[in-house]
Amino acid sequence: MSRPKGEFPIMTMTTAIPAAAADGPPKRRRTPILQILFGDLLAAGLTVMTGALVLALLPALRWGVLDAVWSTADPGRCGAGGACWAFVAAKIRFILFGVYPADEQWRPLAVIGLVLAMVLVSLPPRHWGRRLLTAWGVAIGAMLALMWGGFAGLPFVSTANWGGLPVTLLLAILSLGMGFPIAVTLALGRRSKVPVPRFLSVLVIETIRGMPLVGLLFISSIMMPLLLPAGWSVDKLGRTLAALTIFAAAYLAEVIRGGLQGVPGGQMEAARALGIPVWKAVWHVVLPQAIQKVIPPLTNTAIVMVKNTSLVLIVGVFDMLSAARTAASDPVWPAPYSESYLFVGAVYFLICFAISLYARWLEGRVQDKDLR
Amino acid sequence: MTEQTSGCRRAASLAVATAVALLALAAATLPATAGTTLDAVKARGKVICAASSGTIGFSAPDDKGYWRGLDVETCRAVAVAVFNDKEKAEFVPLSGQQRIPALQSGEIDILPRTLTWTIQRDGNGINFTTPNYYEFTGFLMPKNLGVTKVQDMKGASVCVQTGSTTEVVVNDVSREHQLGLTTVVFDSVSALRQAFFSGRCDALITDAAALASIRATQAKNPADYVIFPATPYMDALTPAVRHGDDQWMDIVTWSFQALTAAEMFGITQANIDQKLGSGDPRIRRFLGVEPGNGTAIGLDDKFAYNIVKQIGNYGEVFDRNLGSGSPLKIDRGYNRLFRDGGLMFPLAFQ
Repeated sequence: MSRPKGEFPIMTMTTAIPAAAADGPPKRRRTPILQILFGDLLAAGLTVMTGALVLALLPALRWGVLDAVWSTADPGRCGAGGACWAFVAAKIRFILFGVYPADEQWRPLAVIGLVLAMVLVSLPPRHWGRRLLTAWGVAIGAMLALMWGGFAGLPFVSTANWGGLPVTLLLAILSLGMGFPIAVTLALGRRSKVPVPRFLSVLVIETIRGMPLVGLLFISSIMMPLLLPAGWSVDKLGRTLAALTIFAAAYLAEVIRGGLQGVPGGQMEAARALGIPVWKAVWHVVLPQAIQKVIPPLTNTAIVMVKNTSLVLIVGVFDMLSAARTAASDPVWPAPYSESYLFVGAVYFLICFAISLYARWLEGRVQDKDLR
Repeated sequence: MTEQTSGCRRAASLAVATAVALLALAAATLPATAGTTLDAVKARGKVICAASSGTIGFSAPDDKGYWRGLDVETCRAVAVAVFNDKEKAEFVPLSGQQRIPALQSGEIDILPRTLTWTIQRDGNGINFTTPNYYEFTGFLMPKNLGVTKVQDMKGASVCVQTGSTTEVVVNDVSREHQLGLTTVVFDSVSALRQAFFSGRCDALITDAAALASIRATQAKNPADYVIFPATPYMDALTPAVRHGDDQWMDIVTWSFQALTAAEMFGITQANIDQKLGSGDPRIRRFLGVEPGNGTAIGLDDKFAYNIVKQIGNYGEVFDRNLGSGSPLKIDRGYNRLFRDGGLMFPLAFQ
């Protein structure tokens, strides 16, 4: 926005336009900043309100930055009015890894690294395919093996001791990953003209969608152990994962059904006319188109599921949020709840914001050209 | 029509495969009730106990993720009794509602998780061993509300933990004195404290000793708050086991008794090896110098020696987790030995 000094902005605009029109397309008009801020009554009102909001946030800045204690070994120095970020620094190991044995800390760290690596590899759509799917399967197997241990000199760590960010990530990835094929089945079932699969799919989808996730978690974690035959017990994390998976499946199914409805019936008919078997037609013709159509709502569901994993704290699973809460209840520190929640909130924000940025980029690509 | 169904079939087989994978992945099936609990525990190689998700002093992981607390050490004592190794105990964090079903279904072997001994719970499929902590229920209130006894609390809102007996106490007190108390319910002690100090409710109800420590460590100015008892009755927090396995109940009972008995005999983690040469026949029997006690309940004769050697006596455990050696600084109060005016009394090791 470099402009000759002293010149009134609007004047520059009006004189600049005819000159630019002479050669090449006209330059875009730049609306002067004053007009953006105070152009009309609405803009002026919004500007004043935003200004007031920024001013109101100044105490938060003071609390969070200026008066904050950034590092100290002595908890007593905290609590003087500023934020206690030293607490987060002291507890970061616990918040990120929970009750996982400290000596084996590199294992959850490796799992987080593995997740990041796999996500980065999966970003460009040209990598998508059978091989990537296999790679994900292997990677998830490796993550679980790393967490569990019990081979090659790695001590066994039961799921009761898993915690923190790896649990959050694993729950989110596994529930979405396992929920997706179930969701496709349910969506196809619901679109089926045969009554039994249609009825069953509708029943499952509507029952699950009609229940809050908290209720589902309670059923899986409290009622299921009592209903199973004596001597059988399913691991607590496994039960939680099952509840999250079913929940994700029901929501994904409705999203995918929306996509299926958007694919013209002619696609299937054309595929059949070419002699392509039905399941191949569904798999290679209908589903890819359907899923492309619903990338934005799929992202939405993915983000919601990442955040939903934090609900598992009510059934005593040590995900990142419960670990942060437990850390904050340490009486040695002066109740640094805000700091813990802000830190965990920031981590969730990073994850969810990254997903949504990626989805926007992907959507643009899908619009530009066909992916396959 | 056929098109859709065979599409379904394909997808259905995919779903079945996924479901199988899910089960294989997540379902660690273990034969918990095949045979006695002791056999199952020995076969598994560890004792599994319930823990809270962070009740400091009773069960909470420290910065390194290592579980600490009175309830945790009560469980470790059993691990020592069975395996002579206090690290052979594993902790499953459970919420207040989850803990009893988890015990009944065999997910855990012992439930030492600030559980009050009540007739309803006793009748409902679990057995209580001996109390490891006695408590008064109390209210914590800001002084500026001008309330100093329960009768003055009319219309107050109270922060309560779900699934705990304090929920019942609030309702009882409210009904008895017609106070019309409203409850604000939370699922953990830390959430409770946070809500109270941020002004979500007028009063906080929990165990009085814990209130004292909350006031001492979490309040900006401890002198601004007052604590008073909610009822004239006392609760006994007691580790519980499943119905129907008497041997296991004995083992859990006497593992805890070893802690209090050791304090009674003046045996500590430090001096226990000198006490092996003691001439007192009671101490000799307790430490297994004279055999019989351990084998009577299916354990090693030196189980009590091992427990005290690795964990210490009840006084040491209390100080380390709740008392002067901890940040909570809770007064031992009724949890002293009977000879010091408390309610803890060891049963006879003979």
